[in-house]
Amino acid sequence: MTEQGNEFAFYTVLDTLCPMHVVLNDTGHVVHAGPTFAKVFPDAPPQGRRFLELLELKRPKLGQSMAELRRAAGGKLHFRLRAEPRTDFKGVLVALPKAGGLGPGGGAIVNLSFGISVMEAVRDFALTSADFAATDLAIEMLYLIEAKSAAMEASRKLNLRLQGAKIAAEEQAFTDTLTGLKNRRALQPVLDRLMESERDFVLMNLDLDYFKSVNDRLGHAAGDHVLQRVARRMVSETRGEDTIIRTGGDEFVLIFAGLTDRHRVAEIAGRLIARLERPIAFGDEECRVSASIGASLSRDYARIDPEQMMKDADLALYAAKDQGRGRHVIYDPALRMT
Amino acid sequence: MHGLINRAVERFARDTYGREMWRGITQRLDLGFTEFEAMLTYDDKITQDVLGELAVSLNKPLTEVLEDIGTYLVSHPGLEALRRLLRFGGTDFVEFLHSLNDLPGRVRLAVPELALPVLELEDHARDFYSLTVGPLPGGQVAFGPVMMGLLRAMADDYGALVFLEHKGRRAGHEIIEVRLLETAFASGRAFDLGAHLR
Repeated sequence: MTEQGNEFAFYTVLDTLCPMHVVLNDTGHVVHAGPTFAKVFPDAPPQGRRFLELLELKRPKLGQSMAELRRAAGGKLHFRLRAEPRTDFKGVLVALPKAGGLGPGGGAIVNLSFGISVMEAVRDFALTSADFAATDLAIEMLYLIEAKSAAMEASRKLNLRLQGAKIAAEEQAFTDTLTGLKNRRALQPVLDRLMESERDFVLMNLDLDYFKSVNDRLGHAAGDHVLQRVARRMVSETRGEDTIIRTGGDEFVLIFAGLTDRHRVAEIAGRLIARLERPIAFGDEECRVSASIGASLSRDYARIDPEQMMKDADLALYAAKDQGRGRHVIYDPALRMT
Repeated sequence: MHGLINRAVERFARDTYGREMWRGITQRLDLGFTEFEAMLTYDDKITQDVLGELAVSLNKPLTEVLEDIGTYLVSHPGLEALRRLLRFGGTDFVEFLHSLNDLPGRVRLAVPELALPVLELEDHARDFYSLTVGPLPGGQVAFGPVMMGLLRAMADDYGALVFLEHKGRRAGHEIIEVRLLETAFASGRAFDLGAHLR
């Protein structure tokens, strides 16, 4: 076999075993390129061009000469394509002996791989599985990426649906089914959120007056009807961001975020009572209730303690009830003196 | 049975025969839901009941329904992802056939809980193979007919011409004979490795 024939057979072996290789001569010019490496240069074949003008050696930092490149033999090399799309390559170099070996004397063989950029490379250079060595794990990796993304997508959808169900369940757990207002369980989370937001707020404890007599006189159906109408009226007298909680049978807590003005609080309380005092029709009957309100304002406290505010609003509520029905009182430390 | 398998049955019924038909099945079986979650696991009996009810509704033998499901999995445009994953098995139909041995393992890599039956390909002569299909873990459902439909559709996908024959069941294992008449009978469908990135 001639020396040229030998070399040809050698390149054929390399093309099969590592289709991403390049053979360089002693001046660093490409004398042979594996079929996949050639696909990276669809416009002009890499043969005859200087290797380091095609790819830039990113790491390790070495000079531009062939002698210096040969010194990087055996270690891991990081290259980047100088032209667009500036693909990254990993590589390893084998220095060829000056004389007596296979391939160009004093040259080198560089075997390359796309490494982590294999996904983009497959797209950018229109590669198929035939472009990878049969032993190369690239195809398995692409398979895994696709399979895992599909599985992740299915899991993500499941999570979204579960999250939606969880929110609905929580919403239900915090909702009073009779009136559609929030229930007692919602009180602590609402207060916690307010404390976190560091906004001032007003707590209003509201008890219905004469509700028991409606129940006694007309039965529970009438009582339920009254509670539903009362709830609707409270909702229409307050803003969307206010919270109305039914804490017990005819007891409510209203929370007004961002409210600091005592006169406004008194005004709202007065309006609520007036609105609730309007008669409520139940069949042919007419139900009349009223409300007593005790309120406390967070701005009156040096350190806001919702528990203390609840107690003080309760104290104000009792003071309101003492004055008769349909009254409202805003907590004042003087109340404790009496 | 894994949700993905149940979901495949559901999608087949919905996409082929319509939502109404599928809703009817879930109501008659009193499932309490109309959609399977792909990533949850269901009682094996549910899968059997759904398949049984599907066969009754369609007035078809169960094996025929299973074969249709196999074909559907590869050929329906909505399940392109699955076709792609199968095409990773090889560059031509013969390579694909040989990759079937690894299929349960490949599936486990992607979804560890999804157990598929053992698949074993044997070549007897040039262009003559037999595929042994083990029992579907935890299920009474025969997987052979599904593989029949799937293989037929994959042959189309690769553009190969094949003759398939279900040779029955021996000790819980089903045997499918595959005769390859022509590897490049038609041009088949394209498989672009980077397609999902575009």
